[in-house]
Amino acid sequence: MTLMNCLILAFLLFGIGVWGLMRRRHLIGMLISIELMLNAANINFISFAYFSASDSTAGALFSIFVIAVTACEMAIALAIIVSMYRRYKSLDVEQLRDLHD
Amino acid sequence: MINDVSISYLIFLMPLLVFAINGLFLGRKSDKAAAAFAVAGNGIAMVSALIVAVHYFSSTFAPQKAVLFDFPFLSFAENFAAKIGLLIDPLSVMMLVVVTVISFLVNIYSIGYMRGDRSAGRFFSILSLFSFSMLGLVAATNLFQMFIFWELVGVSSYLLIGFWYHKPSAVSASKQAFILTRFADSFFLLGIVIVSYVVQSFDFFTLNGLTLAAFKKETIDLGLMVVSKADALIIGSILIFTGGWGKSAMFPMHIWLPNAMEGPTPVSSIIHSATMVVAGVYLVARLFPFFAVCGNSLTLIMWVGAFTMIFAAVIACTQKDIKRILAYSTLSQLGYMMFALGACKTGDAVIATGWTASTFHIFTHAFFKCALFLIAGSLIHQVHTNDLDAMGGLRKKMPLTYWSSLICVLAIAGIPPFSGFFSKDEIILAAFQGHHYVVFGLAILTSGLTTFYMFRLFFLAFHGAPRSESVKQGHVHEDFFMTLPIVILAVPALLSGLLGKGIFEHYFVPGRLRVPQLVLLPHAEWIPYVAVAVAAVALLIAWFFYASPKAKVERALDESNRSALYKVVYHKFYFDEMYYAVVRQFVIGGIARVARFIQDYIIEGILAFCIWFIHKLGDLVRYAQGGNLSFYLGTLIIGVLLWRFLGQLPF
Repeated sequence: MTLMNCLILAFLLFGIGVWGLMRRRHLIGMLISIELMLNAANINFISFAYFSASDSTAGALFSIFVIAVTACEMAIALAIIVSMYRRYKSLDVEQLRDLHD
Repeated sequence: MINDVSISYLIFLMPLLVFAINGLFLGRKSDKAAAAFAVAGNGIAMVSALIVAVHYFSSTFAPQKAVLFDFPFLSFAENFAAKIGLLIDPLSVMMLVVVTVISFLVNIYSIGYMRGDRSAGRFFSILSLFSFSMLGLVAATNLFQMFIFWELVGVSSYLLIGFWYHKPSAVSASKQAFILTRFADSFFLLGIVIVSYVVQSFDFFTLNGLTLAAFKKETIDLGLMVVSKADALIIGSILIFTGGWGKSAMFPMHIWLPNAMEGPTPVSSIIHSATMVVAGVYLVARLFPFFAVCGNSLTLIMWVGAFTMIFAAVIACTQKDIKRILAYSTLSQLGYMMFALGACKTGDAVIATGWTASTFHIFTHAFFKCALFLIAGSLIHQVHTNDLDAMGGLRKKMPLTYWSSLICVLAIAGIPPFSGFFSKDEIILAAFQGHHYVVFGLAILTSGLTTFYMFRLFFLAFHGAPRSESVKQGHVHEDFFMTLPIVILAVPALLSGLLGKGIFEHYFVPGRLRVPQLVLLPHAEWIPYVAVAVAAVALLIAWFFYASPKAKVERALDESNRSALYKVVYHKFYFDEMYYAVVRQFVIGGIARVARFIQDYIIEGILAFCIWFIHKLGDLVRYAQGGNLSFYLGTLIIGVLLWRFLGQLPF
């Protein structure tokens, strides 16, 4: 297992996230795609810390920090999504086009 | 005489002032104030013109030309500028007097005629613009100024003929008048361009002092062909005459004038006597020495005039609309004036008799024709119809009008000692002296026809039994403001020939002629006798048909059994219909269709493409703002990628 393998994994994960973000029509799906992208970044942090940094704790700490922040974000995002569902009775972004005004 | 320059400004200033003030302020507030101001302003102009005329003709300076002011306003090249000026010579002074007098009297008449009209203020305003334009035209020192005022005359006539714009016939008549005269004017402008290009001047003095010999050798490129400058001048002179051809409503551009009857009667009166139609004759008279040297253009003028004269007189004999009869009689009289100018040329030489006669006829004709139209207006105002069918028996009801119109009819018929006799006699003499015997015969014949149709009108309108209810019931009366100008005009209609003859023969010569002049003129004392005899016979015929105790007026007016020839003449040789057919087939069917195609497919196509393109661009922007979350995110990501890889960013 080399640094390159890890980076390719992160890149694929990130790509899947981007793809999902653009193609998914459901808000929850999009949220999951964002989560995938964040995790791809986390993998990058950890692998760089593991393979090339002199002190690997800084990278690990940073990824834990990101996970914590993400958890908060997700909580807020899910709250918004729930309130949107109550309001529009739908979570399809094609139908939620009121945003443009 | 030159000391009285200051007053000459008033002649132009007053009508312009009346136009501006009435048009902008007074006309909306009060019709009475507008009318009073118009009469006062035109009265001052008339008095000024009369003072200038008296000073001019009583001074020893008289037959010479003077330019009172002449300032350049548009410079084309060094020594070649368009100027606005005031030319004083016998012809222009005579016209100034005629125009101001007629316009003053017509203004007075309009007080009565336009009473109660909802926009009388506008009427008085435009009427003053009309006389101002004509004054500027007759005082022109050069072709360019003349053309400017020439167009102003056209515009104001358009406004006045179409004054009752709620009547479709008036609107179409005004359009017809404007388009036809504009059509002729475009040739006029072309002629001005060619002539001024060759001569390098607009000035009447320069143009009238030309000799073609100096231009024979040089050539000039007219675009279509290369011709010698002399030929270019001849072409130019004919083009310039075409302007007068249309403005004076000579055949075949005559149809607008009878149709212009749709305007208010005072307008017809001023158009026919002083302002509009004599402009063409005035143009030819003004440039007479120029036309005289330019090849055979005078001969063309003569034939155009002579044909219009007889043609219109024949039509006038059959018409029933009182104003139309007068309109055709104007055409006929204009034909007299035109051919008298043209008949001056005989071979290579020129005689001045016709020029004098023509200007004299402008002078006398203005008064009696103006009066006749005012009379017609009075009759129409009282009887409420233009139709001779419904008149008759008005002699007792309108005595002043009756006697005035008798004077005017005798004047136009050429019975001595009324004014028309003197001028018409000189015109006929000019045709004889110029050895144009065919035209001479036509003129004598037309003089008979003129007497016939004028007396036909006169007898049918005033004599016999009343043929309409309003006359029988006695509602008919004479309006003071409408009768006053008629009575005043009857005086010059009676006397202007007798008194004017001396002045015209003494002072009115066409200026320095650069062509050989015929000195030995044939004596023809017998001509007046012949002309009067023909007129008298025609009068008797008219009396026999329409006023004698045996006359069957009902039968004469009956339309049912007419011969084919009469019908053709009654329908004015179907010229209106021919014009409409040509317009429909050629202009609407041909030119307009091509233009329509170009508009519909080419111009609209280009426009449609532009609209489509911009619409698509708009769609793109709209889509970006469409609220589509995936699109936002996608563009965000693509933007970041582009920013990273394409942008010259410092990271």
